[in-house]
Amino acid sequence: MFAAVDPLLVSILMLNFLVLGTSRLRSAINASAMQGALLGALTVFVHGSFSARPLVVGAAAIAIKGLLIPAMLHRALRDIAIRREIEPYVSFVTSLVLGAVATGAAVLFADRLPLAAEHQDVLLVPASLATVLTGFLIMSTRREAITQVVGYLVLENGIFIMGLTLHDAMPSLVEVGVLLDLLVAIFVIGVVINHISREFASLDVARLDTLKE
Amino acid sequence: MAIALFLAPLLFALAAFVVPSPRVRPWLVPLGAAVHLGLTIVALRGVGPISAFDGWIVLDKLGRVALPLVSTLFFACSLYVPTYLGLRAERPNRLFCGALLAFLSMMTLITISHHMGLMWVALEANTLASAPLLLFNQNARSLEATWKYLVVGGVGIALALLGSFFLAYAALHAGLRGSLLIDDLVQQAPMLSRPWLHTAFIVLFVGYGTKMGLAPMHTWKPDAYGEAPGLVGALLAGGLTTCAFLALLRFYQVCSAAGEGAFARELMVVIGLLSMAVAGVFMARQRDYKRMLAYSSVEHMGILVLGIGIGGLAAFGAMLHLVNNALTKGVMFIAAANIHRAYGTKTTDTVGGALRRVPASAALFLAGFFAVTGSPPFGPFLSEFTILRGAFAAGRYGVAAAFLGLLFVVFVGMGGTVLAVVQGTPREDLPDTGFRDSIGTVGPALILLIAVVVLGVWVPPGLDAALRDAANLVETGR
Repeated sequence: MFAAVDPLLVSILMLNFLVLGTSRLRSAINASAMQGALLGALTVFVHGSFSARPLVVGAAAIAIKGLLIPAMLHRALRDIAIRREIEPYVSFVTSLVLGAVATGAAVLFADRLPLAAEHQDVLLVPASLATVLTGFLIMSTRREAITQVVGYLVLENGIFIMGLTLHDAMPSLVEVGVLLDLLVAIFVIGVVINHISREFASLDVARLDTLKE
Repeated sequence: MAIALFLAPLLFALAAFVVPSPRVRPWLVPLGAAVHLGLTIVALRGVGPISAFDGWIVLDKLGRVALPLVSTLFFACSLYVPTYLGLRAERPNRLFCGALLAFLSMMTLITISHHMGLMWVALEANTLASAPLLLFNQNARSLEATWKYLVVGGVGIALALLGSFFLAYAALHAGLRGSLLIDDLVQQAPMLSRPWLHTAFIVLFVGYGTKMGLAPMHTWKPDAYGEAPGLVGALLAGGLTTCAFLALLRFYQVCSAAGEGAFARELMVVIGLLSMAVAGVFMARQRDYKRMLAYSSVEHMGILVLGIGIGGLAAFGAMLHLVNNALTKGVMFIAAANIHRAYGTKTTDTVGGALRRVPASAALFLAGFFAVTGSPPFGPFLSEFTILRGAFAAGRYGVAAAFLGLLFVVFVGMGGTVLAVVQGTPREDLPDTGFRDSIGTVGPALILLIAVVVLGVWVPPGLDAALRDAANLVETGR
């Protein structure tokens, strides 16, 4: 475990707030990309030694979460030429406040859980819970399909951090499975987005409301 | 052997992508299903090893119930595929056939995987395989349903993974060699960290409960079942939900082994009754008969977790109900699909008098309604009655009363819609869709209905023993 772990986790938490507070889809995507890249670095540092497996997983995280998926999202954004502004259900200030509350709650909750000796002095578990909650918050307060995908990415990033606490327990198959499945999931969602845009000429999920009671 | 079970359907899925003719291709689905059913029977008879990959894949007591169930349901539904795709000849079916077989393969992998991570990967792959199935109609409504299915289901899957990590952390914290193999977890269960185990179960319950469609995480279900082809609805309501329930049971098994079963059971009783209540409310005066079936599925998922939550005899009843629910949903969705084809719409505003227009399908729909609401002599009557007896035996009189009351509410609510569909005379101004009952459209549902009737009067000794073993396994952990 290197001293760089906590600063990296704090940066990831700051990026949560950037995604929550920005009104531009482009910066939201970039923030999630940055978060993905930091996760890649984190993977290596958490292991505490530069062995092959964490290096490969870290590189894969950077490539997929930091580059590939953001590129796909940017491409989707360009192809369908939607409005640049995010229209949230709640104001940006409110969502920042909610994000702060969620982060505080995550820290308090993680504090009540018994942590293994090697995790007591680092922020891994609270950062994971806070990022998961932020992802939820983004998904439930934003309208555009692309922002919801970004929210899902943040959620998955939070889960990934939790996975890092288990690097001995988790067989590599699951790590690779997580990354691959994420890629495929986003890909499929991307295809659906494309279809939606063709059908509705807009990416506003609030318009996806013919099916209700 | 264990590997062949899920590889065989995958090979057929590949073949479906390769075969060029859209008229020959649909026949690969029943063929693949028949091979799978054959392999399942061989596996159950114990010829050849039934574990692989160092215990990552094992056909255990739960799998011995779920695997034949999934295989049988898929086989009956697959018989419907060639006729259905023949009626929808204007639609490309390459992706549809391939996704169906991949769906079977992943359901199989869930039933036999003995590693939390592998099971999770299979469930995620299963979700992805079902997306093209939901999108088959390619219109705005099916897009909306698929989008909701992927987003809500995706969050459920993400939570399931987080819960699995929590569970692994519970082992790590106890200083154990963190492992996600079920055998290891059960063995180490008494030593697991309690706060982490509780948190893990709650998160997993929400995650896999979303995939099952328990209230209040059921929001994707009415849209998905309403817009998917009936055949896909049958596979989701009977197959995918069975697999998600199985995943939940495996975690409950770990909780039981840890001596924390009581905590999990209370949660299940509450959510079970809530699901039945939500279903009852939304089923009343529901005009869309496919959405009605979705709420019926929410109700029956509630009954399943309620049975496990009560425990004892009711847990056996829940295992029996798992079988009955899957087979009955097959009958209802296929019959509903036929009625939908015959009228072109799926609301009772225009649909009526189905007994005159498509007598066989309407009769099956009606019989399916009586079966699904737990009337004798059908299977669900027996299993719901067993759960009720279990509730009395456990001294849970309040739960038993609520269970009975909600069953009655659902019966009344659902009856209104079903009778409106089948009774009366068809409206004169409806265009003739040219759809008539035929062996290919009625046969698969009839086979399933016969099975439901047989299970209502006689549970074969082999099945009875398998169900008891499975219930015992989840209750005691071993």
